[in-house]
Amino acid sequence: MADFLLELLTEEIPARMQKGARAELEKLFTRELSASGVAAGDITVWSTPRRLALIARDLPTETEAVREEAKGPPVGAPDQAVDGFCRKNGCTRDQLEEREVKGRATYFAVIEKPGQQVADLLATVIPYVITQFSWPKSMRWGAASITSESLRWVRPLSGIVALLDGDVIEFELPSHADVYSDASGNLEFKKVGIGLSSGRTTMGHRFHSNGLIGIDDADDYAPKLRAAHVIVDQEERAGIIREGAKKAAKAAGLTVVADEGLVVENAGLTEWPAPLLGRFDESFLDVPPEVIQLTARVNQKYFVCEDAAKNGGGKLANAFICTANIDATDPAVVVDGNRKVLAARLADARFFWELDQKTTLADHAMKLERITFHEKLGTVADKVERVAKLARWLCEEGIVTSERFPAKAGTSIDEAPDSGRSQPSLGLASEELADLAEQAARLCKADLVTEMVGEFPELQGLMGGYYAEKEGLPQEVSDAIRDHYKPLGQGDDVPTAPVTVAVSLADKLDTLVSLWGAGEKPTGSKDPFALRRACLGILALMDGNGLRFSLGMAVFIIFDRVQERYERLKTFDAWTAAKQQQGNLEENVREKVFSSAIELYAHRQKRRLDPDMLEYVKRGLILPILEFFADRLKVQQREAGVRHDLIDAVFALGGEDDLVRLLGRVHALQRFIETDNGANLLAGYKRAANILKKEEWQPGATNPAPEPAEAALIDALDTAEPKAASAIEAEDFEAAMEALASLRAPIDAFFEGVTVNDQDTVKRDSRLGLLARLRSAVHEVADFSRIEG
Amino acid sequence: MVRCTIDAPQGIGHGLKPMATELSAPAIPLRDPANSFQDMILTLHDFWAANGCVILQPYDMRMGAGTFHTATTLRALGPEPWNAAFVQPCRRPTDGRYGENPNRLQHYYQYQVILKPSPSDIQDLYLESLRAIGIDPLAHDIRFVEDDWESPTLGAWGLGWEVWCDGMEVTQFTYFQQMGGFDCKPVAGELTYGLERLAMYIQGVDNVYDLAFNQQGVSYGEVFLENERQMSKWNFEVADTDALFDLFAKAEAECQNAIAADVPIAAYEQAVEASHLFNLLQARGVISVQERASYMARVRDLARSSCEKYAEKMAPEWAEKYPEWSLV
Repeated sequence: MADFLLELLTEEIPARMQKGARAELEKLFTRELSASGVAAGDITVWSTPRRLALIARDLPTETEAVREEAKGPPVGAPDQAVDGFCRKNGCTRDQLEEREVKGRATYFAVIEKPGQQVADLLATVIPYVITQFSWPKSMRWGAASITSESLRWVRPLSGIVALLDGDVIEFELPSHADVYSDASGNLEFKKVGIGLSSGRTTMGHRFHSNGLIGIDDADDYAPKLRAAHVIVDQEERAGIIREGAKKAAKAAGLTVVADEGLVVENAGLTEWPAPLLGRFDESFLDVPPEVIQLTARVNQKYFVCEDAAKNGGGKLANAFICTANIDATDPAVVVDGNRKVLAARLADARFFWELDQKTTLADHAMKLERITFHEKLGTVADKVERVAKLARWLCEEGIVTSERFPAKAGTSIDEAPDSGRSQPSLGLASEELADLAEQAARLCKADLVTEMVGEFPELQGLMGGYYAEKEGLPQEVSDAIRDHYKPLGQGDDVPTAPVTVAVSLADKLDTLVSLWGAGEKPTGSKDPFALRRACLGILALMDGNGLRFSLGMAVFIIFDRVQERYERLKTFDAWTAAKQQQGNLEENVREKVFSSAIELYAHRQKRRLDPDMLEYVKRGLILPILEFFADRLKVQQREAGVRHDLIDAVFALGGEDDLVRLLGRVHALQRFIETDNGANLLAGYKRAANILKKEEWQPGATNPAPEPAEAALIDALDTAEPKAASAIEAEDFEAAMEALASLRAPIDAFFEGVTVNDQDTVKRDSRLGLLARLRSAVHEVADFSRIEG
Repeated sequence: MVRCTIDAPQGIGHGLKPMATELSAPAIPLRDPANSFQDMILTLHDFWAANGCVILQPYDMRMGAGTFHTATTLRALGPEPWNAAFVQPCRRPTDGRYGENPNRLQHYYQYQVILKPSPSDIQDLYLESLRAIGIDPLAHDIRFVEDDWESPTLGAWGLGWEVWCDGMEVTQFTYFQQMGGFDCKPVAGELTYGLERLAMYIQGVDNVYDLAFNQQGVSYGEVFLENERQMSKWNFEVADTDALFDLFAKAEAECQNAIAADVPIAAYEQAVEASHLFNLLQARGVISVQERASYMARVRDLARSSCEKYAEKMAPEWAEKYPEWSLV
């Protein structure tokens, strides 16, 4: 058994690429060795800014002899085929063996691969690994780059240490990457030009160490480099930075704001990390803490500190921690230099902070006319206008009210979504709420044109919130401006403040629908406008706040406001596509629902709708968007343990575009299906559905003399059907499920005691009719055929 | 200041003191890069000259960065070795602050070094040059932090770093990979030192105008403050925009004229001119957001086609000298 050490010495590797590089090195090394049947006992991979190192323990010293067989063409096949087979397997025709395969003489090639010294194997594998190595960005350099084919690496590669049990694995790296071929299955390596040779010497720390360092073997690599001021293990460096920052903060009576990403980044920027604490001018603390933290982190890679508050929740302190890469002769000099740079950055930030406040958000918002939202949809100002109107509508319609809906999915709600809604009973009147929502919406994007957000785009929303507060706008408005981008992903806080909810929902709905209509719907991995995220955000807002409304109508309203643009720019892309598949679209109950919702909206606005346009909205936008929502809903609900087939089962009924109500039904269905009654009813339903699928019958027949089990089922259906229907009407899905549950015993008894396929046609037709009735009754609740199991 | 006296006959003149007639051999003071801006520049000249660079003078045109100097752009093309160093004044009209900001100038200096092909010890050379101007890397934390460079205007990109000195960016370090849309064969290494900020750091000065320009007490402000005031005013308020638009159109036409006449270096100069005129128009705030993209595209077309034309014109000659080389 032998230990192998590889070190690739490189000019500074970007910190962000080091983790991937370690994985790539291990992957390629393992893959290439295992192709020759060699596996290491244990592999360690390290990186510093200047080197990638790999230690493979317990390698065999020789590979095992391998005997491989390959089946070729039948005897008598054209010469071309046989020659090709020989070429592929590196043998001659007379070496082929003939064997019987299914009564046919067939050629076989037997390839004997003798055992090989692992040292020899490594001498071909390592150069191959280097030339095949994939970096996010790579470059050519030096004299060899006189051709485009010269070796590429992340930055110039300057040295290679390759030692197997202390002996140098000798190879020369080609200056060109394309001199390898493995067409024959064997790596071939021709020496071309002046390459880089492997050896046993490397370099220590750039400033703390001089000259070459000779490495004896894998075991003394890390200690020798440590003596040369290089800590090769990134985890150890991260630990030094993490603990050193804590200690430095503690010594100053502060706590460091933990930032693991920054720890890793600094570990990727240093070989000999030395965290140092410095102070900046206290007056900068007037600037919002998020700004200071971002300035320090993004631009300078510094940690920030908080006052060690007694009860937690400390305030940002005027201190920073930088990570030097040297034991400085006088650390104070290094700290002072860094302090100056940070001070200049913070002075810029304070300048932006003060400058931005000289203009009101309303005046900033005017400049949004200069920013294009989407070439087909106009400027951000146009979008803001739409969002403001939609946010207002959401409040006026009572969809968002200042009374938080107690109604989580599954409980009963008296109002149907598109009937006239009552005024909210608590808190702000809907008109007042609508005014605030519209005001917040009009200002919510204004910070995009501020200097601060120009500098730090990630502060969008937050800065608007600060500026709104400074301007003395209502708290609800500044909160809404700050939080309207939320939720940003699963796990992010879902807004619950009504004004925020209205603006956030309106913004996301507008983004999703208007861009979809402009032909930007996500395809495959492409989703440049993050419409999937917008959709998930909408679902979280609806679900988290129990927001009840017809999604179809909301889509229509947004479309109604952008359609002029679509027409003017002739971008009825979705429309054209929809027209083509018109024939395939079944006439569906859901369309009727949407039509009525839209017509109701139009009626209120005293408008006549162009039937062609209605058709476009339904087929080109509402139906595909609803399907998109269904898919996202499954993703979103998976975490909550909701079965996707049950969501399908409810969606398949059609006509439902109130997703909160839909979820209520799904939840009730899931609870029901998990009971004995539910499982058995599902079994009974499936049996009935299977029979119906196979049989043909004349509907409308009535058996004059039903058997007892048959009569009992009829009675049960007579009772259950109206119960279920009224429960669904009342959105009491539990009750609807109970009504279905009452069918379980009669249907079991029916299958037990009654022959469906009776000789008597009337009896048969009547019983099949009864099963069909059962199926319809069940379908009132959900399409059980979509349920798995 | 060079001490120099002239001896005039007694009684003549207007109260002038008598002066020596012979030029006494001026004593050249020892270079003191830590206390004099010009000594820092001269030290860099000495250093790179000793390392085989031709020391060029600035390009005699207004340009936004040293990279625009033909010694960088055009010489980055082709197979011939090329090592040069020079100071290039950079004009950034929108960065003007009427002399009132301690860090921002509409005119400042870059020190450019171009080494083709990039030598294997280029980082060591660079660090040695820092030592030469007084930066001890055991006293100051020097870091190479990822920073890639791309100039769509020149159809160019490269990989490299910004070099930090105690957290301050003092140099851009780039390995040119493409220029004018062509692979750089071989690759050149480009070093761009920000001279003022480096000097401010070395001299321990917080305001650029307080920099000592020489050892005899002339400050940067004495040399440039009035220039910053007047040029800021001209850039932002005075420049005749109709004339600038007109000049832009003329530079564009002349660039095309020169390309057609197969003199791409002349064409390239017009592209540089157009680029600066565009920057001036930007500073005057007369180019709308919509127009901006189209103007940038026009400048890009000029610069790229000049570079392309240059490469294509030179290619046969280069290929003859370097058989292993080809343009594409």
